[in-house]
Amino acid sequence: MGRKLLLENAHIEGIRYYDTYRKNGGYAAAEKALKSMGPEAVLEEVKKSGLRGRGGAGFPTGMKWSFIAKPEGVPRYLVCNADESEPGTFKDRYLMEFIPHLLIEGLLISSFTLGANACYIYIRGEYAWIPDILEQAIQEAKNNGWLGKNILGTGFDLEIYVQRGAGAYICGEETALIESLEGKRGNPRIKPPFPAVKGLWQCPTVVNNVETLAAVVPIIKYGGDEYIKLGTGKSTGTKLISACGNINKPGVYEIEMNISVEEFIFSDEYCGGIKNGKRLKACIPGGSSVPVLPANLLLKTAKGETRMMTYESLADGGFATGSMLGSGGFIVMDEDQCIVKNTLTFARFYHHESCGQCSPCREGTGWMEKVLKNIETGKGKMSDIDLLWDIQRKIEGNTICPLGDAAAWPVAAAIRHFRDEFEWHVKNPEEALRRNYGLAHYADPLPVPAAV
Amino acid sequence: MAEEKKLFKVKIDNISVEVEPGTTILNAARGIGGDVVPPAMCYYSKLQGSGGKCRTCLVKVTKGSDADPRPMPKLVASCRTTVMDGMEVANITSPEVLEARKGIVEFLLINHPLDCPVCDQAGECDLQDLSYEHGAESTRYEFKRRTFDKIDLGEHIQLHMTRCILCYRCVFTADQLTEAREHGVLDRGDHSQISTYIQNNLDNDFIGNVIDVCPVGALTDKTARFKNRVWFLKPVDAHRNCENPKCCGKVALWMRGDEVFRVTARKDQYGEVEDWICDTCRFEKKDVKDWTIEGPRKIDRHSVISQGHYVNTVKPKDPLVEVLDGRQPRLLFDIHSQSEVNRPDIDLSKIDGPAHSDDFNKSQS
Repeated sequence: MGRKLLLENAHIEGIRYYDTYRKNGGYAAAEKALKSMGPEAVLEEVKKSGLRGRGGAGFPTGMKWSFIAKPEGVPRYLVCNADESEPGTFKDRYLMEFIPHLLIEGLLISSFTLGANACYIYIRGEYAWIPDILEQAIQEAKNNGWLGKNILGTGFDLEIYVQRGAGAYICGEETALIESLEGKRGNPRIKPPFPAVKGLWQCPTVVNNVETLAAVVPIIKYGGDEYIKLGTGKSTGTKLISACGNINKPGVYEIEMNISVEEFIFSDEYCGGIKNGKRLKACIPGGSSVPVLPANLLLKTAKGETRMMTYESLADGGFATGSMLGSGGFIVMDEDQCIVKNTLTFARFYHHESCGQCSPCREGTGWMEKVLKNIETGKGKMSDIDLLWDIQRKIEGNTICPLGDAAAWPVAAAIRHFRDEFEWHVKNPEEALRRNYGLAHYADPLPVPAAV
Repeated sequence: MAEEKKLFKVKIDNISVEVEPGTTILNAARGIGGDVVPPAMCYYSKLQGSGGKCRTCLVKVTKGSDADPRPMPKLVASCRTTVMDGMEVANITSPEVLEARKGIVEFLLINHPLDCPVCDQAGECDLQDLSYEHGAESTRYEFKRRTFDKIDLGEHIQLHMTRCILCYRCVFTADQLTEAREHGVLDRGDHSQISTYIQNNLDNDFIGNVIDVCPVGALTDKTARFKNRVWFLKPVDAHRNCENPKCCGKVALWMRGDEVFRVTARKDQYGEVEDWICDTCRFEKKDVKDWTIEGPRKIDRHSVISQGHYVNTVKPKDPLVEVLDGRQPRLLFDIHSQSEVNRPDIDLSKIDGPAHSDDFNKSQS
């Protein structure tokens, strides 16, 4: 049983409300940070903990915080990215819905560290009911002196505002989020300048994921040294994984980053194995934009090592044979799932969500969707597969923001690992409409190159 | 300020150039000139904040700077990346860049209608030049090209949204030159479109400049529409004392014989205007008498425009005048009097369900 830090008290009834949260040790970390530590010490602690951004990229949070520019007389902002729109990812929703005070405490500590007196929670528009929960929690915190003017007599002021998005995936990209927050069209900005220098209203800004900011609380509570003991290597601490797909127990799990992928899928503590006794075919371990892996590459790396649920192990082998931990949207597919259809679904999503600012993504995503649709509906040609490969290659890396990459990677990985299935679709157009390709050889153990 | 400003040494395609700090790679390349200049479809040096969107100007930075010699991991947009001291950039010497650029041109063209034969921009279109130089000879796109609902932008400017490549130049122009921007980009993804807010007419003194900044034929001059091909016209530099203080009054007249077909601002070798002109000069002064003519305008000899050296052109006669011999053309018959179904007195919106031939039956109504 792994240790839980974020969801430690999640099972307690009424933890959503201030009184219960406070009774169970809530706001102790904030008290410690504000009263006895000071910004410098908190930053040191976060750096020491090795906390990495939980939004997908895995950038070290302490380093990100230390980059923030501190010109005289210019306000600084902390923005909490709650625009969780990646298909398969729903961990932040759980945090905000059930333990809103954990996030608010995290925001308080982080804002104090960064010297930000205003903090914005930019929440996904579709999470229509959560702003109310957050606002209620903010009001409770304010009533109890954790927000507002002169918090705990330290002279530190903080206001937290909740802003709802209007349903655009692209607004989860930090600069698009900032544009949207300023009331403009949510187009990603061209970097540099980075938000740490010129962000919200051209002021230094830090944008962090909900889970990252919430993770600051246990780091301060137990100390960075304690935090780093959890997990493996550079993947320290715990991570929320939102597991879904063909598994017995879908849901949000907090894992210590030292278990294997196999354990996570098949143990009763977590996903509880594949539904209806089917066999595992493929898995997307980090939300829709990371590469899909077939069962054989998912459980063992190309070198034959056991794949662990860590940033490094999931990325082992690069994109040729690896994937990414991403945002922790763990999508499991059994033998009845069609990879082509699945890829089409993602391509349609990215086509729909492309902001249309730069040409490769605007034009390429739609093109990929149309080609995939042809293959899926039995109108594909062999050359279409190579065409898809070429399109994704020309999108990847050539766009302003990572949405282009996110659109290209699933297609690339599907073709890389499941080319047989694509070819089968093209060669047997009628059969492909009636049945799926099935598991085929995707779970067969791969030959491991002998060690030299 | 006795201290001399330190210049940055940059190498682009192995050609060294010294530029001021803060210069973009693209502008440094323009300082060298010639083939090393990356093409730019959305960047416009006179418009603040433009660039970075079309991705045709992508280049490879093979050496970041003297201080940090690591190459940049991805291709960068040269129009928005500033140079560092000792930076080395590969543009046409990098196969990767040329490959990516070819891809971008393909992307730009998959939804472009390719209606150059009927497009007024043909001959001075940046997209034509770009695809000629960097594009593939055919397309791999087999699907319907996107279309849009038509939007009327008023009497001066014609919008062909299908031709648009969403460079945002016109949005920046309206933002920075006119008092109130009334158009912008609506929707997102490949259905983004340039549109006026609740279809307001663009009625500003300088809005005509969006025609000049448009790299393709999406925004064209309605007053010169379908009148002539640019390569049949002769560009002539001219000026007038414009009453508008913000207007420079220096224009290029596009003439054939003594007729002025079109007035535009003067464009430099990169297709950028030298200075903005007002709408009065552009749309209303189409008489030679309005202008002081300076002389023929220099046009790059590779341009199709310079092919039409029409010296001593005679104004073509209108043959209809001779044929009609003083008679007036008359209406031979009204189509409605002949046709069974084409009847303006029947309001289709008031018929229940789809219209049927019975609905048009004369004996019934």
